[in-house]
Amino acid sequence: MTITIDNVAKHFGTSAALNGVSLAVEDRAFVALLGPSGSGKTTLLRIIAGLETADSGHILFGGEDVTDRPAKDRGIGFVFQHYALFRHMTVADNIAFGLKVMKWRQRPSRKAIAARVEELLTLVRLPGLGGRYPAQLSGGQRQRVALARALARDPSILLLDEPFGALDAKVRRELRGALREIHDRVGLTSIFVTHDREEAFALADKVAILSDGRIEQYDTPPAIEAQPASEFVREFVQ
Amino acid sequence: MRRATGEPKAVRALLIALALGWLGLVILLPLLMVFRQAFAHGLHAFAAAVADPDALSAIRLTLLIAALVVPFNLVFGVAAAWLVAKHDFRGRSLLVSFIDLPFSISPVVAGLMYVLLFGSQGWFGPWLMAHGVRILFAVPGMFLATALVTFPYVARELIPLMTAQGRAEEEAAVTLGASGFQTFWHVTLPNIRWGLLYGVLLTNARAMGEFGAVSVVSGHIRGVTNTMPLEVEALYNEYDFTGAFAVASLLACLGLLTLAAKAFLEWRHRDAIAAAGH
Repeated sequence: MTITIDNVAKHFGTSAALNGVSLAVEDRAFVALLGPSGSGKTTLLRIIAGLETADSGHILFGGEDVTDRPAKDRGIGFVFQHYALFRHMTVADNIAFGLKVMKWRQRPSRKAIAARVEELLTLVRLPGLGGRYPAQLSGGQRQRVALARALARDPSILLLDEPFGALDAKVRRELRGALREIHDRVGLTSIFVTHDREEAFALADKVAILSDGRIEQYDTPPAIEAQPASEFVREFVQ
Repeated sequence: MRRATGEPKAVRALLIALALGWLGLVILLPLLMVFRQAFAHGLHAFAAAVADPDALSAIRLTLLIAALVVPFNLVFGVAAAWLVAKHDFRGRSLLVSFIDLPFSISPVVAGLMYVLLFGSQGWFGPWLMAHGVRILFAVPGMFLATALVTFPYVARELIPLMTAQGRAEEEAAVTLGASGFQTFWHVTLPNIRWGLLYGVLLTNARAMGEFGAVSVVSGHIRGVTNTMPLEVEALYNEYDFTGAFAVASLLACLGLLTLAAKAFLEWRHRDAIAAAGH
């Protein structure tokens, strides 16, 4: 599903987090929001998810204006940097949560939910761990559970906020590969936030480089490397 | 090998002895004396004192007020803590100060505030009198005074806990399609249940033991508006020491029961508490 960000601005108090950002994400694209901390990339992602509201501007999913739609009705999957798993629920209950809170008319049967949980556990390569609690898992495993949970309701859009930020280098590489594979297999449109240039360039189809609440450049990694749009981009991607 | 934080044995023993000695002197010994006095004239005198109609009425009233105040402060304490810990809004720190207010003002002053509001010379007094509504010197006033004094316990217990837990799990629930109520019921509430239980038990213990605020608004009508603490004072002032200590020992028992209930629940659910990480 295409995502259109149209002239979005956001202020916290007197300081501007986003200065009129516009961005067009094609259907099934994998886009990275790359920038130093304080550049507004996480704020932009949270506005797309509906976790923050923009002061002005519009967000469109597949051409439809969702600016005023609450987060719970946007039909997105969101993965948090520190996983945000429900600590008092088992892995299986975490993954099933999105299905269990559906209105009873739409809610799948108990059996269908259990089957879907197994399917997702297999997808993220954690079969048989459904009975564990988050505290009993490693960081990489927790992020895999968070990914499975975000995918449970078949979202067409997946948003990830520094998804590998809290993991060590080896796990990070493994999980990166897994994420890209799942993105392609499920047919998602994904946006992920990172401050790691190498990660953004290795994983994304297109990279949006942010600085001070503005998009400096939005292009494919080879194009950015070949022709940096500004001095900031040139220094940042080196 | 000595650990970095290890103290010499003698120092540790001394500190433990000091702590236990102080605890024994200021808490355990007085508590034992209450029970000793209560039974000083035998089981019979104790039973007679407790079965006295005024004493029974005081016990009933104390339990009634606690039963009214605890659910009330449970709901409002959770609401206040949720608002403060999970939301940013104008006047947030002002609200926190208001929650703390009952801690910082004397219960007697709290009681007097209600007299000024609802007394015959107070703001609402004449109107209430004209419509035959009794608030002062009756259960409603005692409920209000007790509710005010015990208001901070649940909220104060929950605010640091909920702040430390952050908003990430709630945000995750919302992105998964949960409504506000579903988020609260399935995510927020289970995460705070142990803190909440502790807050409720503290509220209960304090509600049953409240003296100052209730004393001002109750009117001290024996057999009608005397709670257990007020009855203890009344009996004591009449030099009925057996009666006073009998009721006092019951009041202490109610408090101890509360503590025992907490210990039992913690023991029963020790695995869940360990898994939740608090």
